[in-house]
Amino acid sequence: MTPKLELRGLGKTFGEGARQVEALHDIDLTLAENEFVSLVGTSGCGKSTLLSIVAGLQDFDHGELLVDGAPVTGPGLDRGVVFQSYTLLPWLTARQNVEFALKAAGMKRAQCREVAAEHLELVKLGKFGDAYPSQLSGGMQQRVAIARALSYRPKMLLMDEPFGALDALTRHQMQELLTRIWEEHRLTVLFVTHDVEEAVYMSDRIVVMSIAPGRIKTAYHVGLARPRHQDMFSTREFIDLQREVIRTIREETMKAQAA
Amino acid sequence: MNQGSTGSGSTARPTPPRRRRRFFGIGARISRAGFIAIAAAVFLLLVAAWAAATGAGIVGPLFLPSPGSVWLRMVSLAANGTLWQDAGVSLYRIIVGFLIASVMAIPIGVVIGSYRFWEAAIEPLTDFIRYMPVVAFVPLTILWSGTGDGQKFLIIWIGTFFQQVLLIQDNVKRVPGDFIGLGRTLGLSDLKILMKIVVPSAFPGIWDTLRISLGWAWTWVVVAELVAATSGLGYRITVSQRYFQTDTIIGYILFLGVLGLITDQLMKAGERLLFRYNLRHGT
Repeated sequence: MTPKLELRGLGKTFGEGARQVEALHDIDLTLAENEFVSLVGTSGCGKSTLLSIVAGLQDFDHGELLVDGAPVTGPGLDRGVVFQSYTLLPWLTARQNVEFALKAAGMKRAQCREVAAEHLELVKLGKFGDAYPSQLSGGMQQRVAIARALSYRPKMLLMDEPFGALDALTRHQMQELLTRIWEEHRLTVLFVTHDVEEAVYMSDRIVVMSIAPGRIKTAYHVGLARPRHQDMFSTREFIDLQREVIRTIREETMKAQAA
Repeated sequence: MNQGSTGSGSTARPTPPRRRRRFFGIGARISRAGFIAIAAAVFLLLVAAWAAATGAGIVGPLFLPSPGSVWLRMVSLAANGTLWQDAGVSLYRIIVGFLIASVMAIPIGVVIGSYRFWEAAIEPLTDFIRYMPVVAFVPLTILWSGTGDGQKFLIIWIGTFFQQVLLIQDNVKRVPGDFIGLGRTLGLSDLKILMKIVVPSAFPGIWDTLRISLGWAWTWVVVAELVAATSGLGYRITVSQRYFQTDTIIGYILFLGVLGLITDQLMKAGERLLFRYNLRHGT
């Protein structure tokens, strides 16, 4: 079976001449259909750059990037993106923000309203359709952004530290909500985070990146049963994996500091 | 334990320390009525000082007429229609000149704020022209376009257009990069990203730029009218100087201030109406 997403020997360099910095080196990564993969690593390892390349928002210099076996030439509706910063358009209400994406995807006006309402319901914001972003909390805004990215049925969801700007409590609620949605609807997800607990809780697989240049160091399969619950945070299996991942990242951080 | 408390459990609670600097602390809050009262007091104080100085005969009326005589002069100019005619002419010039400048500056500012190529082509040139003193263009504009309304439009245009372009460019550059990224991931064309994301996103900033540059337009129209005109507020000021009508000059200057204040408030009212979505609690 062709993988949903495939990166082969992908490389990316910033700058020119003597100031050249290799950001990503020889990245091989494959995501199966409906797989939830987290990308973790010390800050500056290039995980966000990698996500941005997969989204088609940045170019790359070497290698191949394939979605469903076909090379990617730029951004597109087949890959929905949720950014870390709040990207709801402030002059549109929550519902209009979702409809904005649906219209861009070519959906008929009459249908937009229905699909938007359905997706706001999915992120438990059915009552907030007429609220402007300035009237919503950060967590609520990110939920609308998730609803928006899911609404036009992309082949995969790319998330760049979507909960990074939220407080701890809200973040846990968001993880729970996204896990529920994902377990019910299943979708290929590439999820960038620096929160290892979050990665263990949500993912099927955790990919750890090393720094300078950004490379894939190792990957961990997450064997926790589904559906997942936050009670699992305290289980032996959860804690062991979390420790192992943190240890691997720390090794990298030390190496980077020694260099 | 609180210092000095004897643990008697009496009802005597420690009173909160007296807060000083209720009025003068950084960021201290003042009620709306308080704000207006302070602002009005400053105006009144100045007028009182002015009345006192003229009433006591410290300055001669040729240099500084009393507030009363300025007021009477303005009332009589308003009554015979001169004031409204002058104001109407200047207002017409401002509106036309300002609209031409704004209609040109908005698309150009948006384009150079979004495309590096056009930025390189236009921004340095605009920066260069912007530093040329507008007043120095007055003789040239008279040579080019006479002393009619066209020359007034031209001066207003020179004085506002180049500034507007650069300010609008900055407004556009402040649009979050992820908004544009969002448009890309939704498969929108560059034109659609500009029209549906960049412009609406920069609109509050552009509106503010228009409000600020409208203030300058008032200056430039009077400059143009002072030098060569046969009508308008600036013209009346020049004529009054010829006849030593200091009361008219001062009255007109104050009137210009009031007109500026009114247009500014109108723009601010427009802002509250247009950008209600930015208010946290309003709908």
